[in-house]
Amino acid sequence: MNPPNWLRAIGRVSLWVWAGLGLLFLFTPILVTVIFSFNEPTGKYNYVWDKFSLSGWTDPFRYPELTDALIFSLKIAVAVTIIATILGTLMGLAMVKYKFRAKGMIGAILILPLTMPEIVLGFSLLTLFVSINWSRGFITIVIAQVMFSVSYVATTVRARIRGFDWRLEEASLDLGASGFRTFSKVTLPLIAPGVIAAAMLTFALSLDDFIITYLNSGLDNTFPIQIWNMKRSKIPVQINVFSTALLIISIVLAALLVVFNNRRAQKLAGLSNP
Amino acid sequence: MTAAAAPSRFRRPRREDGGDDTGVAARRWFTPWLLIAPGGLWLLIFFVVPLFSLGRLSLQDGGLSNYSTVISDNSTVIIRTFIYATISTLAAIIIGYPLAYVIATKGGRYKNLFLALVILPFFVTYLVRTLSWKILLFDNGPVVGILQSVGILSDNQGILGSPFAVVAALTYNFLPFMVLPIYVSLEKLDRRLLDAAADLYSSPARAFRKITLRLSLPGLFAGTLLTFIPAAGDFVNSELLGSDRTVMIGQIIEKNFGKEFFRPELSALSFMLMAMILIGVIVYARLLGTEEIA
Repeated sequence: MNPPNWLRAIGRVSLWVWAGLGLLFLFTPILVTVIFSFNEPTGKYNYVWDKFSLSGWTDPFRYPELTDALIFSLKIAVAVTIIATILGTLMGLAMVKYKFRAKGMIGAILILPLTMPEIVLGFSLLTLFVSINWSRGFITIVIAQVMFSVSYVATTVRARIRGFDWRLEEASLDLGASGFRTFSKVTLPLIAPGVIAAAMLTFALSLDDFIITYLNSGLDNTFPIQIWNMKRSKIPVQINVFSTALLIISIVLAALLVVFNNRRAQKLAGLSNP
Repeated sequence: MTAAAAPSRFRRPRREDGGDDTGVAARRWFTPWLLIAPGGLWLLIFFVVPLFSLGRLSLQDGGLSNYSTVISDNSTVIIRTFIYATISTLAAIIIGYPLAYVIATKGGRYKNLFLALVILPFFVTYLVRTLSWKILLFDNGPVVGILQSVGILSDNQGILGSPFAVVAALTYNFLPFMVLPIYVSLEKLDRRLLDAAADLYSSPARAFRKITLRLSLPGLFAGTLLTFIPAAGDFVNSELLGSDRTVMIGQIIEKNFGKEFFRPELSALSFMLMAMILIGVIVYARLLGTEEIA
């Protein structure tokens, strides 16, 4: 009934090899991005390896249009993260804590943006902006990105705060704390890890988004849009330099978050087992 | 569960243990609505209303005939788009399922490191990731070199511009969306079920099919949606890595949106893309069995 041992060993090894190849598949393009930030291409396009050089890193701001686009992207990401995190967290809280009419419908509206192709979301929003004659730029990009980020935030927060003991809030209120004090001293610390995770996700999604943003950007260029516009004129090393720098910053931030969460978990464990 | 275990006269009028997502009735009926309102209005105005107006726009001038015009004008592109999205989704399952399985069941203390590697691509912008694929697949680049030396490609043959390049990049770009949901469902799997199956003389293959695969279906379903939907709507991969032979629906919308906002055909095309995806999702859910999804 059971296959012989040698066959199972082969199966096990090939499973590991296959999974390893999968990781390699995911990892290689990222490695290429980093390696090619040290390239000195012969032409205008950074597609073929020529020779090792630090020229991109010593002169990162050589193309002002690229630098400006990156700064614009960061501004948008900050605005979108603040708005979407607040709106999404409130919705996630309501969905977990309360029972109310039309909850199922709200849940469906929250999930739907995640199940639609970006091009449909972006295009339909664009037709709205065009029909009311709203010129596209910073505001319309923020509106578009908040629209899909709210769903991500609410879903993430909802998943992370499920099963919390909300009686702590009532205890705080019963003991005479004000509503605001209860929120800042009880609710917020309780939901903080979920909210921080959702905010980081939103920031990353905002920097990453291209399709919806591109359709609603007008003449303003985010970092991805600038690259898209440059694709027929030049693809300089600085694109890889900026991307590598962002990659390193993201890894450091994510690592810090893990350390912070572990510390917090230890502290909470210490509190409950004196 | 607590409520069911207690004698009925002690049953609480509302849940207070906060055990799951069902929630409790608010003290004041409008409290949840105050929390919902800001985000809900945002979604209503900028998501629900635009979808309706897109639908209405797609019916202007010709009514439903807009749809038949769009379908007959773009039939090759539509079929190609769905073939590419299907192949890249299948490839993502073939690569992603074993990867998620190994991480979830055999990852041990390196589990988090493996997971970090899976989400690492998200830390580099989508467009830059796709450009890195262009570097990898470039003529005389590493992949072409290997394939030429093995003899799969002849010496002056390249990959860029081919359907293979587009499908490979689509698979790559959306693979983490396949791995993560499958991982989550495999991670929750109760390993004792497999022990029980072995004790009852089930072969490992049968146990895998009847327990592991079955219980990971929700993750597989979510992963398939999260891969197929963006792949079907994408225009970046085909534009950067493809050629005239690989045009997808997204590219047609992207090429025309600047000048022809109010052409109903363009709205019809994007509405049709959405409708076809929705139909695909429903059929797929039926095939897998809806009770397992829920």
